Amino acid sequence: MPTPYDEMWEKLNLDLTAHEGLLQVLGKFYGDIYLTQEGRLKGMEYLDFVLSEVHGLRIKEIQEAKAQGRKVIGTFCVFVPEELVLAADAVCVGLCAGAEIGKESAEKILPRNTCALIKSFVGFKLSRLCPYIESCDLVVGETTCDGKKKAYEIFEEYAPVYVMEIPQMKQACDRDLWKAEVRRFKERIEAIAGKEITAAKLREAIKLVNRRRQVLQRLNQLRAAVPTPISGRDVLLINQISFYDDPVRFTAKIGELCDELEKRVKAGEGVVPPETPRLMLSGCPMAVPNWKLPFIVESSGAVIVGEESCIGTRNIRDLVDESGDTLEEMLDALVDRYMRIDCACFTPNQERLQNIVAMAKDLEVKGVIHFALNFCQPYAIEAFKVGRALEAAGIPMLSIETDYSMEDVEQLKTRVEAFLEMVG
Amino acid sequence: MGEETVTANHPLVAGIDIGSRSIELVLLQDGQVVHWDLLPTTFDPLGQCRSLLDRVRAARIVATGYGRKLLLENLDHPEITAITEILAYALGARHLFPGVRTILDIGGQDTKAIALNMDGKVAKFEMNDRCAAGTGKFLEFMAVALQVPLEKFGDFALQADRRIQINSMCTVFAESEATSLMARGESPANIAMGLHLAIVSRTVAMLRRVGVTPSVLFAGGVAHNPCIKSLLEESLGASVLVPVQPDLVGALGAAIYGQKLVAHE
Ligand code: SF4
Ligand code: SF4
Repeated sequence: MPTPYDEMWEKLNLDLTAHEGLLQVLGKFYGDIYLTQEGRLKGMEYLDFVLSEVHGLRIKEIQEAKAQGRKVIGTFCVFVPEELVLAADAVCVGLCAGAEIGKESAEKILPRNTCALIKSFVGFKLSRLCPYIESCDLVVGETTCDGKKKAYEIFEEYAPVYVMEIPQMKQACDRDLWKAEVRRFKERIEAIAGKEITAAKLREAIKLVNRRRQVLQRLNQLRAAVPTPISGRDVLLINQISFYDDPVRFTAKIGELCDELEKRVKAGEGVVPPETPRLMLSGCPMAVPNWKLPFIVESSGAVIVGEESCIGTRNIRDLVDESGDTLEEMLDALVDRYMRIDCACFTPNQERLQNIVAMAKDLEVKGVIHFALNFCQPYAIEAFKVGRALEAAGIPMLSIETDYSMEDVEQLKTRVEAFLEMVG
Repeated sequence: MGEETVTANHPLVAGIDIGSRSIELVLLQDGQVVHWDLLPTTFDPLGQCRSLLDRVRAARIVATGYGRKLLLENLDHPEITAITEILAYALGARHLFPGVRTILDIGGQDTKAIALNMDGKVAKFEMNDRCAAGTGKFLEFMAVALQVPLEKFGDFALQADRRIQINSMCTVFAESEATSLMARGESPANIAMGLHLAIVSRTVAMLRRVGVTPSVLFAGGVAHNPCIKSLLEESLGASVLVPVQPDLVGALGAAIYGQKLVAHE
């Protein structure tokens, strides 16, 4: 079926036939998982629209920005300081990597026992399916897990890659390393964008990203109400979209959605009855369109009220201190904020355990579902300690390892239902 | 079963466990098992369920097992509910042996380890992932490869005169490992023993993840296999309980759940 975007996609060198297939699958999947929900907020229409135009209108906007000389920077990890990208008037897009499509091509160059996320971004590139990757002037990788680190070395042959070194520990020398890396990144972005990052520019960017984090924090506070006023799936989607939508517009739209939500909370209205068991997800990021586990959980009679993940609280919990005046102070504020990220790639990673327990208690959940992608060592191994920390706090945890395929859905349902029987 | 007078005070409650290999039915009345039955799952599980249920007049049905939703969605019965196998096994096991704290179930396509707290509530559970390694299916496959009838496979393995290690747990690789052992002149009984050992070591690892508190109940179709039972006991250093009809524990548990629902009404 021809669309108004065909020409643009062709210019981006997408594989048009396979791409049409992808959009159809995505549309169907979205219809089944999202549009079947009852009592959704009016404000979700914006998200529905953005998602339906994920490869359309948003890409068009990005092409227009490019035509005006702005650069496009793609990232895979919440460690990459978006503020610097925005301060150089570039567009920052979080590349999603949540679909199984392209797996076969990825497995031609990666071991089969590589996590689905890595296979997905490599697969998307090799199969020429992602207009975001194709629009990028630079794709920023990071030395988080070994899988990503080594995959970027291969990916480099297909896309312009730049890798940031992320420390593994949080000692003073690690902060120094990170600061040096932030500086190096700033210079690289300035060079590619052909613009100097001034104090004024950076201040503005810090505020902009903080405002987006704050609106998402507000969303999380509101959704914590009983009865739950918005499904976990919808909140996940909002977080996912925050990675590629225009930040100013997104923040305004989610602000409106929060106003609507606030009214709903005041009126005591929910999307599920008040006694519905509340659960929290914790673990690996769930990138678009990986809605599998939330869908299973929410169709088993529970509701998700929190996501301890990079597409969730890990990305929005900490703000960058806005009191800095000089460029140097602001860079320090950035460094400190990003060093607080409690990703499982760090050792030791006690903060994450504390954060999970605190979050589970605040949200008064019946249990936590820990989600690790198959072959993701950092999260799968850390699941053990997470389980113990939660157990000590009297909170049950179900540990799940899975990927993007649908083969294990029935088994996962049984596990989730048994967990609900257990905590209910 | 015959035509009994079923009054509102003595309702018949059916538990039905729809597994990948077989479907079991247990009927309770006033807490007593009054009837049980079993059919292979075949390609028409729904039809098989219907023929099991058509023979009885249950006031309430509780379905469990991987086909529970299928029945729930397709059977026209006013009082039908579904619970997971985990809960069903917990209830069934405690009914048979009130002191049970740990349950191991090895069925046709999956293995479950369940830890119960003092009151018999599920405290923790583990299930195997999507592949059939270490399940009944694996044994079935290997029995065929060694040309031993499945019901005799455990006894056959017990005749082994030495213990060899089989490293693969994947059905395909284990088969080729067995073939190459045979080519090297290893006796089929020793190979069978090696395969049993492999299953038990995998299973015990799963049990240890939930914690092994006695008494341990071993259920599911594979519990008929005497070699697995004895290797389990050896490896756990404790005796394990095997019900007379280990395949019926899930259906029994489902029926018990139904009985509780009836009592609450
Ligand atoms: S989980 Fe770790 S590596 Fe992955 S995006 Fe988050 S911070 Fe980065
Ligand atoms: S999910 Fe795990 S293995 Fe995959 S990229 Fe993230 S940290 Fe690495």
